[in-house]
Amino acid sequence: MESIKIKIENFSAWYGEHQVLKNISFDIYKNKVTAIIGPSGCGKSTLIRCINRLHEVVPQTKINGKIYIDEKNIYDPDVDPMEIRKKVGMVFQQPNPFPTMTIFDNVAIGLKLNGLRDKKQIYEIVIQALNEAGLYEEVKNKLDAYATRLSGGQQQRLCIARALALRPEIILFDEPCSALDPISTAKIEDTIVKLKENHTVIIVTHNLQQAARVADYTAFLFLGELIEYGPTNSLFTAPKMKKTEEYIRGVFG
Amino acid sequence: MNRKLKDKIFRFIIYISVCVVVFVFLFITIYVVYKGFSSINLDFFIRLPKPVGEKGGGMVNAIVGSFMIVCLAALFSVPLSILTGIYLSEYKNEKFANVVRSALEILSGVPSIIIGIFVYGLVVVPMKRFSLLAGSIALSIIMLPLIAKTTEEMLNMIPLSIKEAGLALGLKKWKVVFYILLNTAKPGVLTGILLSLARVFGETAPLLFTSFGNRFWHRSILEPAAALPLQIFVYAIAPYDDWNRQAWAGAFVLIVLVCILIFLSRRLILKYK
Amino acid sequence: MRKKDYSDKVFEVILKLSAAISLSIVILLVLVLIKHSFLSIKTFKLRFFINTVWDPVFEKFGALPFIYGTLLTSFLALVISVPISISIALFLSEFAERKLKEFLSVVITLLAAIPSVIYGLWGIFVLAPIMRNYVGPILQKFFGFLPFFQGNIYGLDYLSASVVLSIMITPTISSISKELFDAVPKNLKEAALALGATKYEMIKISVLKTTKVGIIAAILLGLGRAIGETMAVTMIIGNIPNISLSLFSSGATLASVIANEFAEATEDLYLSSLYYIGLVLFLVTLILNIISKFLIKHLSKTK
Repeated sequence: MESIKIKIENFSAWYGEHQVLKNISFDIYKNKVTAIIGPSGCGKSTLIRCINRLHEVVPQTKINGKIYIDEKNIYDPDVDPMEIRKKVGMVFQQPNPFPTMTIFDNVAIGLKLNGLRDKKQIYEIVIQALNEAGLYEEVKNKLDAYATRLSGGQQQRLCIARALALRPEIILFDEPCSALDPISTAKIEDTIVKLKENHTVIIVTHNLQQAARVADYTAFLFLGELIEYGPTNSLFTAPKMKKTEEYIRGVFG
Repeated sequence: MNRKLKDKIFRFIIYISVCVVVFVFLFITIYVVYKGFSSINLDFFIRLPKPVGEKGGGMVNAIVGSFMIVCLAALFSVPLSILTGIYLSEYKNEKFANVVRSALEILSGVPSIIIGIFVYGLVVVPMKRFSLLAGSIALSIIMLPLIAKTTEEMLNMIPLSIKEAGLALGLKKWKVVFYILLNTAKPGVLTGILLSLARVFGETAPLLFTSFGNRFWHRSILEPAAALPLQIFVYAIAPYDDWNRQAWAGAFVLIVLVCILIFLSRRLILKYK
Repeated sequence: MRKKDYSDKVFEVILKLSAAISLSIVILLVLVLIKHSFLSIKTFKLRFFINTVWDPVFEKFGALPFIYGTLLTSFLALVISVPISISIALFLSEFAERKLKEFLSVVITLLAAIPSVIYGLWGIFVLAPIMRNYVGPILQKFFGFLPFFQGNIYGLDYLSASVVLSIMITPTISSISKELFDAVPKNLKEAALALGATKYEMIKISVLKTTKVGIIAAILLGLGRAIGETMAVTMIIGNIPNISLSLFSSGATLASVIANEFAEATEDLYLSSLYYIGLVLFLVTLILNIISKFLIKHLSKTK
């Protein structure tokens, strides 16, 4: 029996007056890759940005409902969003390494600013993170180069390393490959699959083949509602809901 | 035919204008550099001014005085301006931010002589003396809107995604702004600081009634101090030939220093491209 | 767990405090100007602007000579500078190729960077003699029938001050104008050319017409700069508070009289009158800047 890492319960979210998520409920299992698919504007990015409480950074946003991580509601009033974000890492759609820092510093900055002083420890963690992200071999001789010198795919893997350095239990990927070429995409998909051994991974994607390749479970969102959720295999081969079937067959989205 | 003629006359006017500007520029700079360089001697850099009417002497106190006044002004204005700029960028939609922004725009348009008489009334009168400190305060007021605006603009240019990446690492907001955003804006902000230093280094009017000038060394920042542009002014309008010569020497040194600062700021931009 | 609030809150307080300090400097500026000019305002009220006598000895203070000097030199500077500035801007935007463009940009930047006191120095020892010995006599020979070119030519006069001012404000007007010209969409220019227009006609129709409002804003900013310019003017204009039609006579401006007489103004009314002039100078440049910014905003609204 899979253990539940994240429990989303009757969750809704708004941007100003516009309701983006409508009463979503489902469970995300530990050490599995869960994909969230759906047409543009269905709320997939908003959903994961609520899991690391980044959604509320934008002014005039509202939420309702609960999200439990390890049985603790992250929206409890006594919870510090910052602590959540240390446990939940995020990789964004466009690679966004810090432009004025070196490759090494990009990965190390999260550790340094969170108080880690031991240079040896920092070094070890950075190297390990770069390895896990599948980037170390390519940059091991130029850790002092500026991050912006890397190609798009390498920058994105650097961002993965940056998130991994903090050893998060959960990692969120927001359409991480949409700006990348097929080879970089393949490398990142490999990394994602390897990551689930030690992390719980959620990936938002509009690429159905990608979801089929990497995800153990898939959730299909449409216009802010959860239409269907289940093991990727059965969702794709034998969808229970008509809308799911239409989407997969490519009628819309 | 008339049309073609008009076009030709138009182009002619344009080319003449360009020639006029280039000519004036070369005329001024070459003259100042030539006259200034030939007026320089070692004494200029190491000696104090001689008593009125006597030949010789130098402007060492003015050169050092300028550096000290500008450095102190930077000490006052840089932290304040950067923090104000951060505020304007982070809270850009607040009403108070709009008020502050408008106020700084007003300040940047105030003629520097007015800043001078303002600081005279604010600092010199209560203190009952002219001082290096008052001069620095006047210059820092001139620097304030320049650096604050640059900081605000540089921060605004950073894509939101960088800030989110910082927050997603579980960092407190102030750490993200201070260590990541400011770091990203650093080249632009430093350039702005260098350019405003270049600007105030050559300012005379705000120092006329604050720092006032001094024929000797100031013994503390609470005493009147000599400054290079001030000294140039006094010596230029004086009836003594040797003083006029020293004014040219001072002008040469001043232009060289200003150019160095501008050159440094350009190098900085290129380095971070 | 409440510990988290502190550092972010402290940071916010520090930021707001800094902004408040910056704001209060501006407020203090206005207050100090008003406070110190109050005596003179009370004594002379609005007659200050029409009194032509400025006599510290008899404590009669009228600002008209300086208003006249400021207006005359500033407008004359504009007359000289505006055609040249716009030509430069057009050249940089429409005609120049890369190397010349870079060179000219550096020239403009350096002209803007030269401190005012150095312009003054050059004005006294280079420009004034040229005006006195060559340009003045020639102007007098051909245009001496006009009252503007009569009288003795001193060299340190309205005309010389205007010439130096025009050099100093050219970078301001031309760089703003250049940005305006660069912003004109390419297809607008190409449309004119495609109709067979000459370059002059294309610029007239597509560039100058559409940027008209912005150019006025640029000119106003240049005017503001000329009005507030102190050191170069003080050194070249002669500093005599009179009103004369002749461009060859010495005069004074609002800014130059402050620079020239502030240090000697020991009596209260004298100092207060100089502050009164300072207040006027502040308000005039403020209004010019506001109008200019308003025009620029209006520009982007009509886009």
